[in-house]
Amino acid sequence: MIPLGHFLILSAILFAIGSAGVFMRRNLITILLSIEIMLNAVNLTFIAFGRHLGRVDGQIIVAFVMTVAAAEAAVGLAIIVALYRHRESLNPEAFTSLKW
Amino acid sequence: MLSLIPLFPLLGFVVNSTLGRRLPKAVSGGLASLAMLASFLVSAVVVWQLAGMAPEERVLDERLYTWIASGDFTVDLAFRLDALSAVMILVVTGIGFLIHVYSTAYMHEETDGEYARYFSYLNLFAFFMLVLVLGASFLVMFVGWEGVGLCSYLLIGFWFTKKSAADAGKKAFVVNRIGDWAFILGMLLIATRIGSLDFVRVAEAVAGMPVETTFGVLSIASLLLFIGATGKSAQIPLYVWLPDAMEGPTPVSALIHAATMVTAGVYMIGRNAVLFSHAPGVLEMVAVIGAATALMAGTIGIVQNDIKRVLAYSTVSQLGYMFLAMGVGAFGAGIFHLYTHAFFKALLFLGSGAVIHALHGEQDIRNMGGLKRALPITYWTFLIGSLAIAGVPLLSGFFSKDEILFETFHTGHTLLWVVGALTSLLTATYMFRLVFLTFHGERRHGPSEHPEEEEHGVHHGHLHDAPAAMAFALVILAIGSIVAGYVGVPHALGGHNSLGEWLAPAFHVGGEAAESATVGEEGSLEITLMLVSSAIAVFGIGLAWFLWRKRQDIVDSLSRRFAGVHRVLLNKYYVDEAYDATIVQPIRVISQEGLWRGFDVRVVDGAVNGVGSIVTGGAWTLRRLQSGSVRAYAGSLFVGVVLVLGYYLWR
Repeated sequence: MIPLGHFLILSAILFAIGSAGVFMRRNLITILLSIEIMLNAVNLTFIAFGRHLGRVDGQIIVAFVMTVAAAEAAVGLAIIVALYRHRESLNPEAFTSLKW
Repeated sequence: MLSLIPLFPLLGFVVNSTLGRRLPKAVSGGLASLAMLASFLVSAVVVWQLAGMAPEERVLDERLYTWIASGDFTVDLAFRLDALSAVMILVVTGIGFLIHVYSTAYMHEETDGEYARYFSYLNLFAFFMLVLVLGASFLVMFVGWEGVGLCSYLLIGFWFTKKSAADAGKKAFVVNRIGDWAFILGMLLIATRIGSLDFVRVAEAVAGMPVETTFGVLSIASLLLFIGATGKSAQIPLYVWLPDAMEGPTPVSALIHAATMVTAGVYMIGRNAVLFSHAPGVLEMVAVIGAATALMAGTIGIVQNDIKRVLAYSTVSQLGYMFLAMGVGAFGAGIFHLYTHAFFKALLFLGSGAVIHALHGEQDIRNMGGLKRALPITYWTFLIGSLAIAGVPLLSGFFSKDEILFETFHTGHTLLWVVGALTSLLTATYMFRLVFLTFHGERRHGPSEHPEEEEHGVHHGHLHDAPAAMAFALVILAIGSIVAGYVGVPHALGGHNSLGEWLAPAFHVGGEAAESATVGEEGSLEITLMLVSSAIAVFGIGLAWFLWRKRQDIVDSLSRRFAGVHRVLLNKYYVDEAYDATIVQPIRVISQEGLWRGFDVRVVDGAVNGVGSIVTGGAWTLRRLQSGSVRAYAGSLFVGVVLVLGYYLWR
């Protein structure tokens, strides 16, 4: 049986990859994908702990997170479409007019 | 019944101030006069009631309600009529009524609204004055005291579009405030030390204390009250407002600035006779200030050229006499002079008003002269008033002034007596200078100097004498000036000083009754002094006749020879200038440079603006953080979470 530590390390690696994507990529869609990776890193942690503790709570929360993530992806993509129509760009640096 | 007396003028004020604009002059003026008449009649009735009582029990109390109740300390809104206030209410309502009647004619050229405004102020004044004299405690008196000050301000500045009138009103108000400040302090001292503000209870409490030979609490209290009196009654050092108060309409000068309000200080000292008697040092000071004021104002009066200013200085001088009387302990004599002075000074002011009215606003006596034939009623009544104030025997002023001088001499104040006698000479001289320059000789001003007279179609010889309403007041007051003194004929002349006896219980001073019973040696002393003062009066009149009728050249050469003295007198000893330099300007400079430009602008505004600019500057730096880049926000959030978590994990 794979020990809990392995799952957590994998999860941490996935989360780091996701965060790096959010902060470093210059494309809104990629950023959205990176957020999905971060979410799934968290899901993996929940599942791992659920199994380790022998309880179903982790799996229930993961089901919720997946639902919300699906909805979020839909809304997020819709916003990205709207933004693209507005600025002809997907670079997040193009959308900084809400400042001082 | 007592509260009716001030109520009538108050009603008159309410009606005239609210509806006056729409009322015709006959109604608003008539209403105001009627209110005064009603209040005079009620006063007469209650004084009659009072006279029917036994001398020691002559007090009528009327408590309306408890005004302040705090622990043991209570102040009622209460009126009290005793012998002293009886004299005062008769003077205020009686002379007040005559002046209201006079004003109906004098102010006739005003518009309806202004006319009603004038009468509403006049009635309001009468109301406050009656509250002042009827008040049974310091606090009620103070309400009236402040109220008459307010009305004085309003009436001096009645023609407020004229800058000098508006300034004079402000000056009167500010100078009075200085006195009132001391009055309040005195009142508070009495309230804390004696625990009551009711005049009778204060008098009873003070009567139980020893007479202060050193400067103790009673002395401080009475000194503070006296400073209040110097403000209201125009004594040194706060007399400067009264001559300027002549900017108001002449009947106002007669009522407020001669007959009634300015005597409030004298009345207040009389009311607190027991308190002042227990502070002989302060009483001495009262006498000295009174005498000094009398002399100083007399010397100024002799060179002034404005008919009303001469009368104003004469008022200051006569008030000085009253304070002299109060100061030597002759409270009865002081009130007696107050009462006779109210008649003849009101008469003189109204007479001068008639002259000014006839000459369409001319007030400079150098431009008058020869008015005797054109204005017979005014002339004769004015002459009676002048004779009375000069102290010519058998007129009212003689009896009262003589009593003051006698009491001064009798109590051993020989120097003050000399000052009083000298002032008496000055009084006779400047009053008859006024009479001779105004009414005798030839008219001295050509029509060319006054083009507006041509427009009115007024020429020499076409001057109109006082109209009926004015003549009525003048004649009644002239009769009063002749007979008013006969209530206090001294024993030495075989008379009976009934006013002195009437007032004695009001002062609660034991010695008062004994004083009036002068017999034998003192009687002959009194007669001697009487002869001296009569001689002084006649000499003063003769001097005025000689200098201003016979040998005007002597006056001219004297004023040239002593040009410096003349200039000092003409400029009123430069007191106004001195006050301006020592008090007004420093206060202005400190206020402007120190308080305004220094404290207010630098410190207060600086603090407020400083806080503002610190916040602005801080915000200007901090707003750079809001870059609008969502990634930057998310980054800082991420860093924050890592730091917080790191802290907890590595702890």
